[in-house]
Amino acid sequence: MPEIVGVLGTYQSDFKLRNQAMTFPEQAQQAAIGCLAAANMKPDDIDAIVFSLAPTAFMGVADADRWSIDYIFGAGKPMLRVHTGGATGGSVVQAAHSLVRSGIYRTVMIVGAERISETPDAQKVLNQIFDPFYEKDMPLQTITTVAMMATAYMLRHGVTQEDLARLVVRQRKNAMGNPHAHLKGIITVEDVMASPMIAHPFKLFDCCPRSSGSAAMIIGNMDAVREYQTRPAFITGVGAVSDSNWIGDRIVPSSEYDFIDWKLMRLAGGKAFKSAGITDPINQVQVAEVYDAFSIQGLTQLEQLGFCSSGKAFKMERDGAWEMNGQVAVCPSGGTLCTNPIAVAGLVRAIEAADQVMGTAGEHQVKGVRNALATAVGGIAQFLTCSVFSTDHVTEH
Amino acid sequence: MSITKHAAQSQVMTEEVTFRYDYALGEVAGKFMDGLREGKILATRCSKSAMVYLPPRAFCERTFELCDSWVEAGTSGVIESSTIVVRGFEGSRPPPIAVAFVRLDGVDSAIPNYVEGLDMSDVDKAMEKIRPGARVNVAFIPVPQGRVTDFYFVLA
Repeated sequence: MPEIVGVLGTYQSDFKLRNQAMTFPEQAQQAAIGCLAAANMKPDDIDAIVFSLAPTAFMGVADADRWSIDYIFGAGKPMLRVHTGGATGGSVVQAAHSLVRSGIYRTVMIVGAERISETPDAQKVLNQIFDPFYEKDMPLQTITTVAMMATAYMLRHGVTQEDLARLVVRQRKNAMGNPHAHLKGIITVEDVMASPMIAHPFKLFDCCPRSSGSAAMIIGNMDAVREYQTRPAFITGVGAVSDSNWIGDRIVPSSEYDFIDWKLMRLAGGKAFKSAGITDPINQVQVAEVYDAFSIQGLTQLEQLGFCSSGKAFKMERDGAWEMNGQVAVCPSGGTLCTNPIAVAGLVRAIEAADQVMGTAGEHQVKGVRNALATAVGGIAQFLTCSVFSTDHVTEH
Repeated sequence: MSITKHAAQSQVMTEEVTFRYDYALGEVAGKFMDGLREGKILATRCSKSAMVYLPPRAFCERTFELCDSWVEAGTSGVIESSTIVVRGFEGSRPPPIAVAFVRLDGVDSAIPNYVEGLDMSDVDKAMEKIRPGARVNVAFIPVPQGRVTDFYFVLA
């Protein structure tokens, strides 16, 4: 019988462009110590560590997981690094979940840190993830390729740049209640529209910042839950799926899972929802921390997750459906759009979802949360994860 | 003495790292690059699925069979997605840069490349011209180098 898995504690630092007062492993340690304190645990109470670490060329130290071993009390424990690009923080939660659910370990700490601004060449680093023969000679990186997806999506569904801007306004406002958020503030649709064009249709405010900071989550089986946490969030559903590296195969009529509409998220979400017992997401899920590095990304995922039909999410944004007090609170934290520490951005989504279920989200806490989901996206949407956190665990069927 | 106080002084150590690479093309990409030198865009086909792939593949992702023939892609095609990069990217060409994924005639997948000859003084108007569904033709640089940038797209 698989183990029930619960969240014992979470921690995230404040995020900003640079942290010159600390080194990378010191940042990772900050999260490890903070999370142990939140769970009222000691380093010896942790059985294993999963390290959340994406491309390291940003900080110029390869294998920074090794650099961090002592700092996160890893010496003498099993430790592994997980890397699926921007989806890393979603994948680490699912890797740790399977280590506990399988009964291998009683408790696992997920921890990581990010510093993207150590190099002025971040866009060049991102260009290195593309095919060296057919893609790298083009100005392809995450902004430009997602911009191309947006061009086709907006034409297909009649979505305007103002529709994207409305989402940015809502999430910057949400981030006002989140002390950890990098970008926040009361802005207008006009402000977004007036921000400089980067790659059409994305302007500066449609894009996430480069954020530095750290995060951690400790999970454990029911025995550990009873010992350390009176109000746990249970991980009731996990789903992950990957797709072809070839972007050009995924935007054509013969595509099996059309990238323009993010159809692959339906698979990841479907699997997570099935085990979590979610059949009517808009009425059963109160918080959706969808991974949105760009303004187009989050709502397209909601469509595929079954919150509304394809092409409808931006129209529902106009009616306030995704506000804090709307039908579903979408990214109460401000989302990845306001804070993107790549290596732990997906982990922060999971932490935010778990905190909402545990009632510890603070000023941006949504009332009466029973189920919250967190997604993560890596590469050019080649890696997708969806995890569900719930107040009640699901009895095994 | 306080360690924290000392570390807070925002000191940095500067370093520049250069790596050099010789990427092995392999048979499939090698034949594609040889084709470019002759002014041809070569795709691979799987007879079991009838899928024609560009960039060419050694195997079919639908059937997991080897792609068993080479076909020459059409010299015109349709834009599937596009953008104009206005700023924020330090590449080999100065912005604005128009780039599009194009499905060439006779091919089932799309390949990215530059769109040249586009008046980009008004970015919104230029985007209208290269919106998904627009037709483009393939053009080659005068002396192909065996690199994907040997060809580019122009509006049909």
